Amino acid sequence: MAELHVELVAADRKVWSGKAGLVVARTSSGDIGVMPGHQPLLGVLQSGPVTIRTTGESGDGTVVAAVHGGFISFADNKLSLLAEIAELSEEIDVQRAERALERAKADADAAAERRAEVRLRAVAGAR
Amino acid sequence: MGAQVRVYKRRIRSVSSTKKITKAMEMIAASRIVKAQRQVAASTPYADELTRAVAAVATGSNTQHPLTTESDNPTRAAVLLVTSDRGLAGGYSSNAIKAAERLTDRLRAEGKEVDTYVVGRKGVAYYNFRNRKIARSWTGFTDRPEYSDAKAVAGPLIEAVLADTADGGVDELHIVFTEFVSMITQNPVDKRLLPLSLDEVRDSGEAEAVERKEQRILPLYDFEPSAEDVLDALLPRYVESRIYNALLQSSASEHAARRRAMKSATDNAEELIKSLTRLANQARQADITQEISEIVGGASALADASAGSD
Repeated sequence: MAELHVELVAADRKVWSGKAGLVVARTSSGDIGVMPGHQPLLGVLQSGPVTIRTTGESGDGTVVAAVHGGFISFADNKLSLLAEIAELSEEIDVQRAERALERAKADADAAAERRAEVRLRAVAGAR
Repeated sequence: MGAQVRVYKRRIRSVSSTKKITKAMEMIAASRIVKAQRQVAASTPYADELTRAVAAVATGSNTQHPLTTESDNPTRAAVLLVTSDRGLAGGYSSNAIKAAERLTDRLRAEGKEVDTYVVGRKGVAYYNFRNRKIARSWTGFTDRPEYSDAKAVAGPLIEAVLADTADGGVDELHIVFTEFVSMITQNPVDKRLLPLSLDEVRDSGEAEAVERKEQRILPLYDFEPSAEDVLDALLPRYVESRIYNALLQSSASEHAARRRAMKSATDNAEELIKSLTRLANQARQADITQEISEIVGGASALADASAGSD
């Protein structure tokens, strides 16, 4: 099966890289799925979970990451996801995110609420 | 013990405690350089990918954007100067300030007004002492800058660039920081961040990214949702990432400069201790010699006196 090379990089580190058969991310005009051989693409991401279906040497499975803003770019069978903040679902502290969500709701802090929600959705998506 | 010897001993003690402090600072700085370099390396993939994306949009579309278009008649420029919060780093801060002053003079000569933005307490102190205006300043993170710090710095700058010149907006954005070349060499450099031209994207990108770019023509991208929107979102991130990179390099340079300054301070202290020890030994020997000659003199005087009374 064809595969594409994925790099998920945050501003201060490389979060994940490997081979995948399908990457689903949320752009500002809706969810987009990228498979090997896709047309070169450059899009603006919205905060949301990104699902990477890994294949080949990375093993069959799913990697879910919470991505807060950023870009998706695909060319030459290489997909890069750039985000200021990106976390893999297994790095996310669920209790902390839940606490943050409650706090954000109490303070009516829409940005923080959204961040916490995205984290929780990413964890839920990984299960 | 003679008074002279005591004075020397006291000075040796004070110099050696200074030496302990400088030695400790040297070692702390040395360990932080490595950390700062690692941070620079960790931020490189993001910066590379972003540079590539910017190059792709800029070549793949004919979009005009305030951040990329050059003003026909630029009248105002912003200069962001990166210095350190703490001193004891040799000429680190003053070299950066000097580079900024040179740039400011050059821009003024071109007939542009200059707004100065400063990062780091040393730069702020320099401008305040001379009663010169600072448009905006940030302090407290030059040791260990994080991405959120770069964002905080970039925000007002991007706003200033987007604003109309009449409302206090600027046409150009320059950044002065200290480039980390190696442990021994750090150069203060000035770069024009905005308006962006493709050549500069190439210049500022990492060497290998440039090679990759030149080897093949960039593919024709599909933009999602549109080229304008992508560029709108991309350019501020690009500026942030360049500022982040400048802050990280500056912090690595600061630690390297501090390490070198502290190393030479430690060496000087060692030298001083050595020469003071010599002087102390000499003084001690002089004391002993004097004491002996006094005893001998006293004894012979006694002998003379007793011989005379017999």
